[in-house]
Amino acid sequence: MPGSDAVMVRTTWREAMRAALREALQADPRVFLMGEDVGRYGGCYAVSRGLLEEFGPERIRDTPLSESAFVGAGIGAALNGMRPIVEVMTVNFSLLALDQIVNNAATLRHMSGGQFAIPLVIRMATGAGRQLAAQHSHSLEGWYAHVPGLKVLCPATLEDARGMLASALADPNPVILFEHVGLYNVEGTLRSDAGAVPIDRAAVRRAGTQLSLIAYGGMIPRALEAAEKLAAQGIDAEVIDLRVLRPLDAATLVASVRKTRRAVIVDEGWRSGSFAAEISARLAEEAFYDLDAPIARVCSAEVPIPYARHMEIAALPQVEAIVGAAREVVGTHA
Amino acid sequence: MTAAPSLEDDLGRLRGMLRIRRFEERAAELYGAGKIRGFLHLCVGEEAVAVGVMRALTDVDAVVSTYREHGHALARGVPPDRIMAEMFGKAEGCCRGRGGSMHLFDASHRFYGGNAIVAGGLPLATGLALADKMLGRRAVTACLFGDGAVAEGEFHECMNLAALWRLPVLFLCENNLYAMGTALALTESQVDLCAKARSYDMPADRVDGMDVTAVERAALAAVATVRAGEGPRFLELATYRFRAHSMFDAELYREKREVERWKLRDPIAALSTLMKLGGALDDAGLSALESEVAAELDAAVAFAEAGTLEPVEDLTRDVYATEASDARQ
Repeated sequence: MPGSDAVMVRTTWREAMRAALREALQADPRVFLMGEDVGRYGGCYAVSRGLLEEFGPERIRDTPLSESAFVGAGIGAALNGMRPIVEVMTVNFSLLALDQIVNNAATLRHMSGGQFAIPLVIRMATGAGRQLAAQHSHSLEGWYAHVPGLKVLCPATLEDARGMLASALADPNPVILFEHVGLYNVEGTLRSDAGAVPIDRAAVRRAGTQLSLIAYGGMIPRALEAAEKLAAQGIDAEVIDLRVLRPLDAATLVASVRKTRRAVIVDEGWRSGSFAAEISARLAEEAFYDLDAPIARVCSAEVPIPYARHMEIAALPQVEAIVGAAREVVGTHA
Repeated sequence: MTAAPSLEDDLGRLRGMLRIRRFEERAAELYGAGKIRGFLHLCVGEEAVAVGVMRALTDVDAVVSTYREHGHALARGVPPDRIMAEMFGKAEGCCRGRGGSMHLFDASHRFYGGNAIVAGGLPLATGLALADKMLGRRAVTACLFGDGAVAEGEFHECMNLAALWRLPVLFLCENNLYAMGTALALTESQVDLCAKARSYDMPADRVDGMDVTAVERAALAAVATVRAGEGPRFLELATYRFRAHSMFDAELYREKREVERWKLRDPIAALSTLMKLGGALDDAGLSALESEVAAELDAAVAFAEAGTLEPVEDLTRDVYATEASDARQ
């Protein structure tokens, strides 16, 4: 429980994540971090900077560029008494480890009749917005969320950046933690005693009455910005942060949409077969008769994310597009 | 299994190999009878590898295997009735009937599969060994895979990682000359598999995989150095699969004469002949051994037949572990 002497401290999303890693390494000698350039380089996105000096090379392990080997080694180490945190530089690179994640981490417990648990955390950067083009910019969280046996977390806020890792490590299942590259530099204030947060439910980030903006990860700041713009136009939007894609907290979504009767889903993944499609289907199944308008989706354009700034912007869900979709579902567009 | 095995125990080796051979023959019959379904890969001809390797391990060691793993599991001590029940799809099977022939697991014997993705077990084995090393245990992880696996990236990634971090893994390549139906020479630019291991600065030896004593001796020596913390080792076990790849294989890719030639080197016949020549075994003794094995397998089949089906209500049980305490250790 938060102590009464806690104060609000200024921090960045990256620093919150690093504080979570440091705390996990301090709290449990079984915890270690491994991945490409996590040690001497300080992490591709500088999340683990300084940890090698603090915890040493046994627990902050630089690996060869062998995603399948070191992700699989994380699975094996988790099976055998350790609490590994495996960092994969980006979700695009994680495709090289897909065999281990999907065929081993997700299956071993069920396929063995419940004999094993895999308390593994895999962290990876995801998303676009830094002009890194089509092999570093994709949002494939929805693919992972398709797979039973995995848990998929998408922290958006400073509190979640600080608190999801501890909960993921305490979970006896393989958990994938997606860190949107657009969030690392976000600044804000965080309670000095911030710690573990629940990883089984969505959160209402902004209460509203006229429509539900449903998003996660890197799209949360945009959804909130869109909600402010809509408020200025007299439209009261609720913002739901999914936080956890699997297992999905459908109850929170459905409750919100039953109240607002309209839904716009914002997802940086491609529209076809997207996680937004899953949310849309859930709402159609569970809240169809509560809806006053068709469900709308704002997703990335169906192209490999391009390098040029203007094209990258055009490919991604932007605030104006969210505002436009929201105005349409509340019927103020005409 | 805990005590170091005696190299004098030829009868134990013969019994071990005979159990596997007869188990596999039963499995083939039961497949024909429709009791076992799915894919079934038999290791007839390769028994010396399973028995020789497992006799070199102790209870603290871990085993990671392939989809042709009945022999490995039996030699490791997984009870034949649990394996048979698993292949019958029964709840009494070692994985509650969820894995079948290709996915045998037994935590109590530290038997971590049964992996139906070629080379998919190598990263797992590397991680098991990493944990043992970090926790200061003197355990060895024995990782079995076929010659087909050396073409996979995961093989090379893991050879490098295990050697780099000096992990206590014993890599055991069962070279039966064919990756399913494609000969090694058609898929590898370098068919000397030990050369691949040595290129990662890992000691490697080629062993006659049809000679159970040679396998056991080589495995014992390798296990000793791995356990002593000298880093991983690689053994290539030259062996041969007498039967088809699976139950759906017309064997168009190899000559019958080649199969017959290898059958002359049958590891079971070789050992029993040697024992008879040395006076350690006679026909009555062999027949008694056969009866003993047959009785064990009769019981295993009866156990599987009598087994129950996991209730459909349990379909989604154990997709996730629910308690933190579920994470062992």
